[in-house]
Amino acid sequence: MDRNGHRKIGVYVCHCGLNIAGTVDVEKVAEYAGTLDVVVVSRHYKYMCSEPGQAIIKDDIKQYELNRVVVASCSPRMHELTFRAACQDAGLNPYLYEHANIREQCSWVHKNRELATEKAKALVRAAVRRVFYQEPLEVKEAPVNPNVLVVGGGIAGIQAALDIANGEHKVYLVEREPSIGGHMAQLDRTFPTLDCSECILTPKMTEVGHHPFIELLAYSEVEAVSGSIGNFKVKVRKKARYVDESKCIGCGVCEEKCPWKVDSEFEVGLAKRKAIYIPFAQAIPNVATIDREHCAYFKTGKCRACEKFCEAKAIDFEQTDESIEIEVGSIIITTGYDIFDPSVISQYGYGRYENVITSLEFERITCAGGPTGGRILLKDGREPESVAIIHCVGSRDQKYHEYCSRVCCMYGLKYAHLIREFTNAKVYEMYIDMRCFGEGYEEFYKRISEEGVKFIRGKVARVTDRTISEEEKGKLIVLVEDTLLGKMIRAPVDMVILCIALEPRSDTEQVAKIFSLNQRADGFFMERHVKLDPVATASDGVFIAGCCEGPKDIPDTVAQASAAAAKALSLISKGRITLEAATAHVDEILCQGCGRCEETCDFHAPKVIHKDGRWVSTVNETVCKGCGACAVVCPTGAMSIRNFTRKQILNMVDALVEV
Amino acid sequence: MVAVNQVIETVDALTVDALLEEGGKALELCYQCGLCTGACPWNLVRSFTVRRMVHQAQLGLVDFEDEDMWLCATCGACAEQCPRGVEVIDIIRALRRTIVELGVGKVPESLRLAAKNISGVGNPLGEPLEERADWAEGMGIKAFTEGTELLYYPCCLSCYDNHMIGIAQATADILKKVRVDFGTLGTRETCCGEAIRKAGNESLFQSLAQKNIATFAENGVRKILVSSPHCYHTFKNEYPELGSNFEVIHSTQYLLGLIKDQKLKFTKELPKRVVYHDPCYLGRHNGIYDEPREILRSIPGLELVEFQDYGEDSICCGGGSGRLWMDTRKGERFSDIRLEEAIDLGAEILVVACPYCMCMFKGSQLTIAKGTTIEVKDISELVQEAM
Repeated sequence: MDRNGHRKIGVYVCHCGLNIAGTVDVEKVAEYAGTLDVVVVSRHYKYMCSEPGQAIIKDDIKQYELNRVVVASCSPRMHELTFRAACQDAGLNPYLYEHANIREQCSWVHKNRELATEKAKALVRAAVRRVFYQEPLEVKEAPVNPNVLVVGGGIAGIQAALDIANGEHKVYLVEREPSIGGHMAQLDRTFPTLDCSECILTPKMTEVGHHPFIELLAYSEVEAVSGSIGNFKVKVRKKARYVDESKCIGCGVCEEKCPWKVDSEFEVGLAKRKAIYIPFAQAIPNVATIDREHCAYFKTGKCRACEKFCEAKAIDFEQTDESIEIEVGSIIITTGYDIFDPSVISQYGYGRYENVITSLEFERITCAGGPTGGRILLKDGREPESVAIIHCVGSRDQKYHEYCSRVCCMYGLKYAHLIREFTNAKVYEMYIDMRCFGEGYEEFYKRISEEGVKFIRGKVARVTDRTISEEEKGKLIVLVEDTLLGKMIRAPVDMVILCIALEPRSDTEQVAKIFSLNQRADGFFMERHVKLDPVATASDGVFIAGCCEGPKDIPDTVAQASAAAAKALSLISKGRITLEAATAHVDEILCQGCGRCEETCDFHAPKVIHKDGRWVSTVNETVCKGCGACAVVCPTGAMSIRNFTRKQILNMVDALVEV
Repeated sequence: MVAVNQVIETVDALTVDALLEEGGKALELCYQCGLCTGACPWNLVRSFTVRRMVHQAQLGLVDFEDEDMWLCATCGACAEQCPRGVEVIDIIRALRRTIVELGVGKVPESLRLAAKNISGVGNPLGEPLEERADWAEGMGIKAFTEGTELLYYPCCLSCYDNHMIGIAQATADILKKVRVDFGTLGTRETCCGEAIRKAGNESLFQSLAQKNIATFAENGVRKILVSSPHCYHTFKNEYPELGSNFEVIHSTQYLLGLIKDQKLKFTKELPKRVVYHDPCYLGRHNGIYDEPREILRSIPGLELVEFQDYGEDSICCGGGSGRLWMDTRKGERFSDIRLEEAIDLGAEILVVACPYCMCMFKGSQLTIAKGTTIEVKDISELVQEAM
């Protein structure tokens, strides 16, 4: 191409208020740009990204018949898309645009005005040289599969699934436990309204069970995911229950007759279940499951009592795990949380003293369907005369979790209320701060304050059974400094409830790998932007919601679940995605078909095929992300990335080092 | 006229800055939860509000004349449990340093005397320098020279105090029997300075450290074996900033090494029930919990029981940071409580690995009822007995 022939470049240097202009002499830079070859117009303006700023570019494109544009401003992460869109609006292919970063890479990191200005000039010169060699690229689209996968059947997953299914789009809801419901199903009354958790959850659970647009894959796990936004292929393993779901009516006789007892996970070890069991009364699907590890038949070949008594003939010991492949356009991860194990804090005596319990255990105790029939009792069956509720166990602590678990202050108050309502016990609430931030939360705190609860501000140092007087005998002593009094307090109580932290699930790392998610420093999944994009992730088409994104209460979980559903629905509604145009591209003459590109690519885009009698690589542009890894490993240089060609980059480097 | 309300202008920015400079950077992180107060062993016997002291320091409203300033034994229980990672000991040290250097409060007489003694004769007890090596009389221990593999560095207390002299003698005896190439510096030794630094006398510490480092360098010292976890702590963690260049090993680590290498063999049984007390400066401060226990478990016939508060949760004997030289009121001594607990556990011997602990516990033996029904021995003494 003749150098001075057909290129007409427009350069726009942004002041960005004082962000750039405060350090870089933008007028000089614009003046300099005007002296460069084939730059026909060069301007500077206060805010290029604004409406009038963009209008300048569009007008110039028309007036000067510009066929290349450079904007020198902030990071391309901020506004590359903005200006590409402006070019497109004015009829110019968006890939004939180049962005020079003279803010984050220049004005924000240098102090010397002269030198910074010289650097900005160099950056603009390089951008102009590069854009000279840029070619128009076709922006393609691909259709979006309207099915959605929701992983995790707690309240977040249930809400997201219902929102999408009510839009009459198909949802696969995968849940690893035998029933959906998650931790919310284990809770008793929920703050601040004191609604019974099961009562508000069960209607949603049954809706999920019956919904024509939801395919519930319970007792199943996702094993592998491939593809990308709009087009994911997911392998799900449906674990064998050894019970035929289509025949089982959930009558529970098998569970009654089974002779083998196991600690119940649902009852947090406070009660037993059988080897064949329905996890709780309101389980959905309401079918039994055989726990193979504890079933006598699987271990010794004897028993089969469940089979004998099952009228529906639903027991099937020959059942095997099933592998299912599903195709979806978007994925919502709602895998929830695990609870902190406080036995690592030896000072609190969890595991040493039987009446030191966790919050989740207390939920099961107060729950009418739980191991004590809803009565608040000590391990020996007596009613407690006094209870201490200890905040921040494992939270706000650099030794365990630095973050605040967000729900404990509120449920601590809730427990105080329940204990005062159903027993005559004294209640002590040991807190550091009272975090009552939500709707009705502060009012709830006021309400509980009026119920005779003793608030002691201090982080508990120790729970001990070493008593020093007759009155203390037989009690657990909570030792804490009341920081408001400035005195050490000995609180003799019968029961200690530890408000334990919510923590990321133990398999978060493995799950993150499967779905290409990142984890934050605190271990939870990383959102795309903590304020402005809390349910999206760095992986397009994969969303997160609920506690897997960080500890939160039920209102926030439900809100996030609906937000993630909205994102999925928006994708489905548009029905198509814009593919990355700057994809990999094979020069078939140079290609030797060695296959290194195929080996290297994480997205399975290049494939070596037999074409016209030889082996060559071809790129599936729908899945190609333009990352460039294949181009790096290509030994012949056959593979290149559009918009990042050798010519463009090397010329840019030359321009940068020119004096 | 007495001001009823604390006028906020008296939040002394200069004081806060001075404290931060002296090493109290830690105080910025404190969110006043009070766990430190609960963790502090002083609150087993009286009231000592650690949290309040930190808050006073945060605002610069410190009462430098408060005698409670000198209570802290730097045991580290507070810092160990603090949810914000506040190094409370650094704050205490900064407060004391401010008092010692700027004279804004009164340094307890006993600490002043200890400092004077260290300056004068190289040990806090005020004993003559010439007698420093007398503990080794008749043992035939060679003087350390360039080329000697190991320097044995006893501890001022083991050198001079009859109650603790057994530690140095047992250790040296073991080294001789096992034929380790070792020597001592005798009267060229001087106090390591760890405790006096915690008591706020930074300049004395600096001069001691520099003197010691020079002595070691001059004599070609490359590896030092210590009996005191306090010497261990300062040699390992504090001397390197001043340019030291040698390896330090505590006797429990070294003895375990000899046992594992089969250089040290036990020929006798010691059929006793013993309980091991984790010294603050070996355990919490330096993470050495297993080595002493492994040694005890390998002594034939010995039955090892544990305190409920063991390892990281060990309760201080009360000797650190110069409190060893100060008077503690009866009924307020942690070592009394700990010794009683050892007796309640049915232990015949309370095993220690620190001369300060030994000093405190031997003192408690004389003051508590049934104090003489239990023996207090250093781990090196038990090893020697069983060899």
